[in-house]
Amino acid sequence: MTPFLVAAAEGGGASLDFPILTTMVALPAVGALVVAVLSGRRPELCRLVALVFSVITGALTVGTLVAFRGADAGFQMIEKTTWISDLDISWHLGVDGISLFLLVMTGLLFPIAIIGAPAARDEKQFLAWLLLLEAGCLGVFLALDLFLFFVMFEIVLVPMYFLISGWGHAERRYAAMKFFLYTMFGSAFMLVGLIATAVLHGRATGELTFNLVTIANDQGSIATSSARWLFLAFAAAFAIKVPVWPLHTWLPDAHTEAPTAGSVILAGVMLKLGTYGFLRFGLYLFPEASAWFAPVMVTLGTVGIIYGAIAATMQKDLKRLVAYSSVAHLGFIILGTFSLTTQGLQGSVLQMVNHGISTGALFLLVGMISDRRHTREIAQLKGLQKVAPVFAGVFTLVMLSSLGLPGLNGFVGEFLILLGSFTSARWWSVVAASGVILAAVYLLWAYQRTFHGEPDADNEGFAEMNVREGLVMAPLLGLIVFLGVYPKPVLERIEPSVVALVAHVEANSDREEPDVNQLGPDARPDTYTRGREVLEEHRGGEEELGSAEEEGE
Amino acid sequence: MLEVTWLIPALPLAGFLALLVAGRRLGEPLAGWLATAAVGGSFAATVVVFLGLLGEHAEERTFTQTLFEWVPAGGFSVDVGFLADPLSVTMCLFITGVATLIHLYAVGYMHGDPDFTKFFVYLNLFVFSMLMLVLGDNLLVTFLGWEGVGACSYFLVSFWHTSDANASAGKKAFVTNRIGDWGYMIAMFLTFTALGSISYVDIAAGAGGLATTTATGITVLLLVGAVGKSAQLPLFVWLPDAMAGPTPVSALIHAATMVTSGVYLLTRMNPVIAQAADWAPMTIAVVGALTALFAATIAVAQTDIKKVLAYSTVSQLGYMFLAIGSGAYIAAIFHMVTHAFFKALMFLGSGSVIHAMGDEQDMRRMGALRKLLPITAATFIVGWLAIAGVPPFSGFWSKDEILLYAYDTSPVLWAIGLVTAVLTGFYMSRQVFLTFFGEARWDRPITDAAPDLACERGLLPGGDDGLEGDEAESPTVRNVYESGHRPHGVGPQEAISSPHESPWTMTVPLVVLAGLAAVGGALQLPFTSSTRRLEHWLEPVVAPDEAIISVATSLKVGLAVVAVIGGLIGIAGAVVLYLRRRPADRPAEPRVLARGWFYDSTISAFVGGPGRKAFDAVAWFDRTVIDGAVNGTAALVRGTGGGLRRTQTGFVRAYVGLLTGGAVILVFVMILRGVVL
Repeated sequence: MTPFLVAAAEGGGASLDFPILTTMVALPAVGALVVAVLSGRRPELCRLVALVFSVITGALTVGTLVAFRGADAGFQMIEKTTWISDLDISWHLGVDGISLFLLVMTGLLFPIAIIGAPAARDEKQFLAWLLLLEAGCLGVFLALDLFLFFVMFEIVLVPMYFLISGWGHAERRYAAMKFFLYTMFGSAFMLVGLIATAVLHGRATGELTFNLVTIANDQGSIATSSARWLFLAFAAAFAIKVPVWPLHTWLPDAHTEAPTAGSVILAGVMLKLGTYGFLRFGLYLFPEASAWFAPVMVTLGTVGIIYGAIAATMQKDLKRLVAYSSVAHLGFIILGTFSLTTQGLQGSVLQMVNHGISTGALFLLVGMISDRRHTREIAQLKGLQKVAPVFAGVFTLVMLSSLGLPGLNGFVGEFLILLGSFTSARWWSVVAASGVILAAVYLLWAYQRTFHGEPDADNEGFAEMNVREGLVMAPLLGLIVFLGVYPKPVLERIEPSVVALVAHVEANSDREEPDVNQLGPDARPDTYTRGREVLEEHRGGEEELGSAEEEGE
Repeated sequence: MLEVTWLIPALPLAGFLALLVAGRRLGEPLAGWLATAAVGGSFAATVVVFLGLLGEHAEERTFTQTLFEWVPAGGFSVDVGFLADPLSVTMCLFITGVATLIHLYAVGYMHGDPDFTKFFVYLNLFVFSMLMLVLGDNLLVTFLGWEGVGACSYFLVSFWHTSDANASAGKKAFVTNRIGDWGYMIAMFLTFTALGSISYVDIAAGAGGLATTTATGITVLLLVGAVGKSAQLPLFVWLPDAMAGPTPVSALIHAATMVTSGVYLLTRMNPVIAQAADWAPMTIAVVGALTALFAATIAVAQTDIKKVLAYSTVSQLGYMFLAIGSGAYIAAIFHMVTHAFFKALMFLGSGSVIHAMGDEQDMRRMGALRKLLPITAATFIVGWLAIAGVPPFSGFWSKDEILLYAYDTSPVLWAIGLVTAVLTGFYMSRQVFLTFFGEARWDRPITDAAPDLACERGLLPGGDDGLEGDEAESPTVRNVYESGHRPHGVGPQEAISSPHESPWTMTVPLVVLAGLAAVGGALQLPFTSSTRRLEHWLEPVVAPDEAIISVATSLKVGLAVVAVIGGLIGIAGAVVLYLRRRPADRPAEPRVLARGWFYDSTISAFVGGPGRKAFDAVAWFDRTVIDGAVNGTAALVRGTGGGLRRTQTGFVRAYVGLLTGGAVILVFVMILRGVVL
C-alpha cells in the first residue's frame, strides 16, 4: 500500500486524489446534457454517446469496488463540499459495504438497459432521461446528507415518469401518473421528516446540520417518541418505493406499462432506493425506532412474500407476473433487514443485488418476447422452447435464479435472510420459507404455458436469440452463476458495515442479536459449549487472518 | 488416494460443461460416449477413494476435503467441502456404477432423438448434483445437490416438452419436491441455531447434547424433506407422473438414485434422530409402512408397464423408511443398494420392451415377448425374483432384514410389511406374465387384440368414460391417433411388426445389473459376523447400538420363512389369475386401485378447484380492495379539489401543490414540537 493511502486510512475516511464518487454522479448527468444537445436525427450517435457515458460510469463503479477497503465498516472515499452553509447542507458522498455493490449493480444495469432495450422512437430523449436517471440513482446510494439524499430521491422520479409516459405501453399515462403521485405522496412525509430531524437534532445539540453521519451518531439528541414518528415519516416514503405490502399496487402498473429499459431499471435499481433507504435512514438514523417497529415490518415483509407470490400466480400478463414476483422478493429483503441480525442484513444487501440481476434479466427477456410477438399475454404464447431452444435455456437459468435454486445467486440471499430471521423472528421465517414453494409454482407454471407444448401458428415463427441479445444477457448470466457459486468476495465486503450497523442498533435499543446455540430448557451444556467452540474457532481464524494481513502491510 | 475425492463430482461436471459448449458439434453418438466416459471416470475415482478408505483403520475412515468457503456471514460459515466416509462412498459407488450403465444404455435408447446431446447434458448434470448431495460435508452442500437433482428431474421429466402431459409432470415433480425442501430448509436453520454449525462432523459430535424437543423438531422437518424427495405419503404423487420422462431417466433418477436421497439424508442425520423423542422415528416407520402398503395396492392394478414399476418404487422406498424408523439404518442402505440394482434393471428392461414395441407402454398390448426378447426377458425375470423376495436373490436378504427390525419395533409394522411383500410378489408376477408370457397381443390391430385399450384410446365406442382430474387431460380420452403423431408411450394402432431385441449398448447394462441383482445380497449375509460386511463397513457412521436387536435366532429364521412364503403366495396368486387364464376370463382390476384410490385426482381437483379459487380471490382482492382503495383515494382528492383543479393542468402543479402541502404539515409539526419541547 502506498504511504499516501496508509496516511489517509489513519486519518479516518480514506480519500483518493480523484473525486471518483462525484464524477460518478456527475458523469451521467453530463452525458444526459450532451445527448440532449445532439441531433435527434442521428439516433445511432445518441446511442453511442449514451453508451460511452454509461460504460465509463460503470467502470467508475468498478473502480470504487477495486479501491474499496473491505475490512472497513465505515464510509470510505468521502467527498464533502459545503452547499448551503447556513443550514450545513453539503454535497457529501461516501460509500460503505452496504452501498458498494448497489453502485456496481447500477453501473452494470444501465449500459445493459441502453444496449439491450432500445427505444422504439425518439431515442435521443429516451437516452437523455435514462442517463439523468442513472445520475439520480447513484446519488441516492452515495448521499450522506439528508437534504442531498432527498433531492436525489426526488430527481429520479422525473425521468422515470417521462420514460413510462413517453415510451410505455397502452395504459402508460395512468401508470406513470399513479407511480408519480404515489411516490410523491410518500416523499412529502419524508421531506417533513428530514427537516424535523435536522431541526430537532439542531435544537438538542445547538448545531443545525443535515449531515447524516453526525445525526446518526448523536443518538439520544432526539427523544425516543419523536424518533419513532420520524422513522414513520421516512418509512412512508421507503415503504411505497420498495414497495411494502399493502402499498404495492403502483408497481404492477408501472412495471407493466413501462418500456423494457424502464422496467429493468425500475425493478433492478429503483426499488432498491427504498430498501436501501430503510437501511441508511431507518436502521442507521433511527436504530431504536427500527427495532421498535421491527415486528410490524417483519410481518409486512412476510405478508408481501406470500401475497406477492399468490398474486403473481394468477396473472395473465407475463410482465405483470414478474412485477408481482418482485413484491415477493422485496418482501424477503424487508424481512431480512428488520430481522436485525448479521445474516439477515447481509442476505438483504446481497439480495438487493441479486434481485437487480435476476429480475432485470427477466424483464429483458419478457421484453424480447413482447418485441417479437407484440403481446405479453401468457395465453397467446405457446411452445417457444421448440422454436427457440437457446432463448428458452437462458430463460430457464434466469427463472431458476429467481426461484432460488442453490448454486445460483438468488438462493444465497434468500437463505441468509431466512437463516437470520429464523434466529430473531422464528415463525415469520417459517412462514416466509414457504414463499420458495410458491415461487416454484408461479414461475414453472408460467414457463410451462409459455415455453412448453407444441407451438401454434402464431408462435412458430418466434425468432431465436440473436447475438446482440446474447451479449446483453451474458454478463447477467455470468453473475447469476458466479454469485451463486462464490458469493464470498461480495459477502465479506458487506459484512463489516452490516456488523457495525447491527451493533449500532443494539447499542441504541434494547434489542440484542440472538445468539445461536439457544437450546431448549432441557439442553445439556456440552452441546452448547461445543457449538460455541465451533463459532470461536471460526472467529479466531478470521482474526488471525486479519492480523496477518496487517503485518503484511 | 483420498485426495481424488473432488474428482468424483468434478468429472460429471466437466462432462456437463463440455457437452454444454460443444455437444451439438459432437452430435450423436459421440456426445453420449463422452457423457458415459465422464461418469465412468467418476466411478473409477470412487473406487480409488473406496480402496483408500479400506486402507484406513475403521475408526479413521473419515476424510474431509474443503475446496473453498461458500457462504460466510457473521457467525455462520459454510464451505464447499466433501466428506468421504463409508456411507458417502457406498452411495457414490452404486450411484456412479449404475449411472455409467444407464448412460451406456441411453446411448442406444435415445438413438435418433433430435435432442440426443441435450439429454446427456442434463444426465451429466444430474449425476454431478447427485454426487454433491451425497458427498457434501454439510447440510447446505447436500441441499445444493438436493435441489440440483430436483431441477434435473424437472428438465428430464419434461424432456419431451411439446406434450402437455410431460410438461405438467415435470412441474408437478418440482413443486411437490419444493414442499419437502421447505422442511429441509427449516431443519437446517434449527440445526444451526442449536449447534452453531451445519457440518456433518459437528452435528455428529454435538448431537448428543441436543435438547429432545430440538432433535425431534429437526427429525420431523427432515422427514418432511425426505418424504418429498423420496415420494412417500402424502407427497408421493409426483413420482408416478414422472414416468413421462425417457425410460433411462426413470431408471436412474426415479428408481436408483434421486428418490433414495431422503433415505440417505435420514441415515446421515442418525445422531440427531437418536436424540429425538420416540414418536419421531416411529412416525418415520409408520409413514414408510403405510406408503409401502398403499403404493403396492395401486401397483396391482396398473396397466402401464412403467407405472407398475413407479408404484413399486414408492412401495420399496416405504420399506427403507420403515427400516430407518426402526433404527435399521444399515438395512435401509442395504435395501437401497439392492433396490438400485433390481429396479434399475427392470426399468431398463421395460425400456427395452417399449423400444421393441414401437413405443407402446400398455401391457394389455404386450404378451409372449420372452422368445423375441430373450435377454430382456431373462434379465427382467432375475429382477422379478429379486424384488419378490425369492432366495437367494438380493431382494430377499435386504427385505428380510427390514422385516426383522420392523418386527422388533412393532409386530403391526411387520404385518404391514408382510402384506406388502405378498402384494409385491403378486404385482411383479402379473407384470412379468402380462409382458413376457401368455398370448401375443401385438401381432394384430389394437381393436382386435386389446379392445379395452382401444376403447380408452377412443378407437372403439364405450369404455371408461368416467375419467376425472388430471386423467381427463391425458391424451387417452380422445382418439390419440387422430392428430397424426402419437404421444410418447402410445404404440401403433395396427399390428406391431416383429419386435426385436435391443442393441448391445442396451443389453450389456441389463446383463450386468441382472448379475448384481442376483448376487447383491452377498454384501450383507446374516449368517455370521464376518458375512455382515456392509454392517461392519458402515458401523462408524451409523450408531452401532441402533443395530442391536433382541430377537432369537429361531424367530429370525421363522420370520424369514414366513416372508418367503408370503412372496410365493403372491406369485402363486398371479399364476392363477394371469398365467392360467385367458384375458377374457380374468376378473377386472378394481377401478379404485387402477385410479390409485383417487388420491391424486382428489388432490388435483382440490388444487384446481378451491385452491385456484382462493388464489383468484387474492388476485381479486388486490385489484379491487387494495388498488381500489388507492384509486378511490385519488378520485376523492380529485373530486374535492375539483374546483381548484379545473384552473390547473399538468402534473408540475401537483408536484408543487404536494410540496406546499408537505411544507404546511412541516410547519404545523414544528409549531407543535416547539410547544411540546
